[in-house]
Amino acid sequence: MAHATGRPFLEEEGRSLLLPVLVWIALVTVLPLVALASAALSIEGAPGLGPLVGEWMRPGTLRAVGNSLVTSGGAMLLSLVIGGGAAMIIGIARIPGRRLFALLFTLSMLIAPHVVALAFKTMLGPASPVLQALGLAPPPGSPNPLVSLGGIVLVLGLHHAPIVMLTLLAGFRQVPHHLVEAAQMDGARVWRICRDILFPLLAGHWLAAGLLAFVAAFGNFGIPALLGLPINILTLPTLIYRELTSFGPSVLTGVAGLALLTMLIAGIILLLAGRLQNRDASLSDAEAPLRAFWKPGPAGTLALITLGATLLLIALVLPVLSLLAASLVPSYGVPLTRDTLTWQAFGEVLLRQQATREAFLNSFRLAGLAALLLGLLSIPFAFAMLRYGGRMRPALLLLVDLPYALPGIVVAIAMILVFLKPLPIAGISLYATPWIILLAYLVRFMPLALKPTLATMAMLSPSIEEAGALCGARAGRRLVDLVAPALAPAMGAGILMIFLMAFTELTVSALLWSAGSRTIGVVMYGLEEAGQTTEASAIGIATIAVVSLAMLLIDRLAPLLPPGAVPWKPVEDG
Amino acid sequence: MAEIAIRNVEKSYGKTAVLHGVDLQIANGEFLVILGPSGCGKSTLLRMIAGLEGITQGEIAIDGRVVNALEPRERGCAMVFQNYALYPHMTVAENIGYALKVAGLPKAERDRRVAEIAQIVGLEAFLARRPSELSGGQRQRVAMGRAMIREPKVFLFDEPLSNLDAKLRVQMRLEIRRLHQRLQATSVFVTHDQIEAMSLADRIVVMNQGRIEQAGPPRLLYAEPATRFVAAFLGAPAMNLLPATMIAKNRARMTDGTEISLDPERFAAEIGQAVEIGIRPEDVMIVWPGSEGAHQVEVEFTEDMGSSRLIHTRLGATEFTVLQPTAQIEAEGALHITLPEDAIHLFDAGTGRRLAGKATLIGLRASAAA
Repeated sequence: MAHATGRPFLEEEGRSLLLPVLVWIALVTVLPLVALASAALSIEGAPGLGPLVGEWMRPGTLRAVGNSLVTSGGAMLLSLVIGGGAAMIIGIARIPGRRLFALLFTLSMLIAPHVVALAFKTMLGPASPVLQALGLAPPPGSPNPLVSLGGIVLVLGLHHAPIVMLTLLAGFRQVPHHLVEAAQMDGARVWRICRDILFPLLAGHWLAAGLLAFVAAFGNFGIPALLGLPINILTLPTLIYRELTSFGPSVLTGVAGLALLTMLIAGIILLLAGRLQNRDASLSDAEAPLRAFWKPGPAGTLALITLGATLLLIALVLPVLSLLAASLVPSYGVPLTRDTLTWQAFGEVLLRQQATREAFLNSFRLAGLAALLLGLLSIPFAFAMLRYGGRMRPALLLLVDLPYALPGIVVAIAMILVFLKPLPIAGISLYATPWIILLAYLVRFMPLALKPTLATMAMLSPSIEEAGALCGARAGRRLVDLVAPALAPAMGAGILMIFLMAFTELTVSALLWSAGSRTIGVVMYGLEEAGQTTEASAIGIATIAVVSLAMLLIDRLAPLLPPGAVPWKPVEDG
Repeated sequence: MAEIAIRNVEKSYGKTAVLHGVDLQIANGEFLVILGPSGCGKSTLLRMIAGLEGITQGEIAIDGRVVNALEPRERGCAMVFQNYALYPHMTVAENIGYALKVAGLPKAERDRRVAEIAQIVGLEAFLARRPSELSGGQRQRVAMGRAMIREPKVFLFDEPLSNLDAKLRVQMRLEIRRLHQRLQATSVFVTHDQIEAMSLADRIVVMNQGRIEQAGPPRLLYAEPATRFVAAFLGAPAMNLLPATMIAKNRARMTDGTEISLDPERFAAEIGQAVEIGIRPEDVMIVWPGSEGAHQVEVEFTEDMGSSRLIHTRLGATEFTVLQPTAQIEAEGALHITLPEDAIHLFDAGTGRRLAGKATLIGLRASAAA
């Protein structure tokens, strides 16, 4: 093999393995975005900026943008306070149950937003078992206080607080523990160390965490759909949804304009967040990462445990219990007692109703198929991107990450734009078939499969492959014999992660479903819209059970994975 | 300045014990080096003095005050870390002055002291720089300046030179020695490098597997190692150790049957006892063939070290090295040597303890079988 390029052998031989990655990125990221931009730029048939700007400047659009910015901004602040506080405590304090807390708090984020919204709605509405027990419930028939701008902020803020926590904990893993010890030797107390060492070193992570929480809230569909749409408080994603479902594909170009606006705002903030996060210094190989260095006294420990338990109670336990209570009564509003308790709603949605049974089956197939396909692809993709990416590597990583980082509603609109017209050679349209949902899942969830495999691949020493190459193994052989076994646990984690996200998602399928391809998310949202809260709650509880199971399985895999591959592992105990 | 008393200190992580009852007195102003291979517990002991590791059993006292329950900041120790642990977001001046800032000293006073220290460690020109803009040696100086500014009672050094290249390491070693002469502060220095230990220490403590093997001035440890471990660890090239069995009060037989006579007055070894005979490569005498008591060894290869030459040979079945001044003639094929009687060490093969002072060499001859 000639070495004309001067690249290391491992980055040269087998370069053609990069081709599928490039094709994937072209088809899955670039093509839909181009389709979206071109549709948005030709709203009135002919290309032009004028109509697009006109679409953006409509009072309805501006109101939605305003609502989006207000709810996302407020939610970001709430997430920073809660998630930031949680991260600081988990990161520095040796308290029993830290790992359990991180696991449960992250679970609250992995429950689909519309399920969370419904759970909070049942917790704070007139029929709330919690408020009724406390004697604080609003009178029956009065409006639910959570269905409001403030309610959206509260639920978004709580739901995305784990993003802030996880971003900061990842930052803590980049701080050398020796710096804390040096500060201890210099006489600094815990608070001083946080203020003078940890805060400045992680300034970028704090800002990035806030921006990530902002973007997550900005692109969220499920929460404003349940808490804003009923009283006409629209954010950009719910505005897009309502336009498209009210008027159909005829308004598609106008909607594309809105989607483009959503994407631009989210994209700019994401780029900024990435920059800020990378600005912080990173750990060298020789240094040990930060360990929890503070052992609070018994009173402090008790106070912090109480604080954490309260947070879990508000963010996870009480909403889920309310949802459970709402699913165990004959109809919504009936108080749950020993006499009224019934499994009837579960019987309806899981066994009797054709529509919900079909939806469970659809979601199971779509999520399972997408997870398996993406899992299998993730190994050669991670290998090719890291070994052959060269100078393109950062751009590849960014492009491949985009469909998950951007709001799901943008991906859904782009998919419609690409697949509404019949396919070039086959002559059939995928629109209004289950296949478009599967394709959308493949597009959107690829980053979830790549995250753990890329992290593991990055830890793999090239010398193993070099040794293989010296024994005569070619690139494909090295991939199968040497790399794939090392990446297998990461692939497993990726498959489970995608399954749990796709199984419960609503945002993408809300715009792409058709008569025979309703997903669980779609059916549950439909039931709630139709006022059948009890059935919707039963579905919500069933999905939470599936998500918890998948998460426990991922947690089992965690010891086989490098730090950071499983999101909720806090800094190690020390 | 302070004295440190370490009394029966133990450390374990869960069920794994890393220190088994260490006793050590460190005198006021002493420069003590803890020497040992990685994993021997030397860094753990240092970090226990600093307060960065808890003490499982026993106690540590600084200036007569038991510090077991005290936080690092209450112990009056300063530490130089292996990776320097400089605050990357602070300038050199801020790094050095951070301890004073934490202590609440006014800015003017802080600036004055930082300037003073910067002058001692030769960093006046770099005060406004960040650590990332400094060379390895300069970072090392910042770390030392940061330790010095609090005028600590005790200096702790955790392998501070191991990240420097060989030339800089020698230079910084001298600077640390110079600094100690100037400040006369009690210093504890941890290293796995025996040359560093020999050149810096007033006293060396050799540790192995969580225990102290021997403590004493460098010269004493070199001349009279208390155990086989110390004998092998101190000195480069390492001491030759020849397994043997006592076959009479005055005679030991090596594994290949070669016998060596020892003066029974000087060696308290029993008949039948398994021993090891030690001799340093530089103590071996190269003699002309036919000299009295001369023995022939087979040369395998030689290493030229510039000022000297290291000859690798075999004495019977055992590897045996000889250090030869390069002025002498080149060795090829066979070499004739004698083992001077006052240079021989004798160790118990089982316990590794030193058996006696010095052996008197009576003779060395091949057995009839060989």
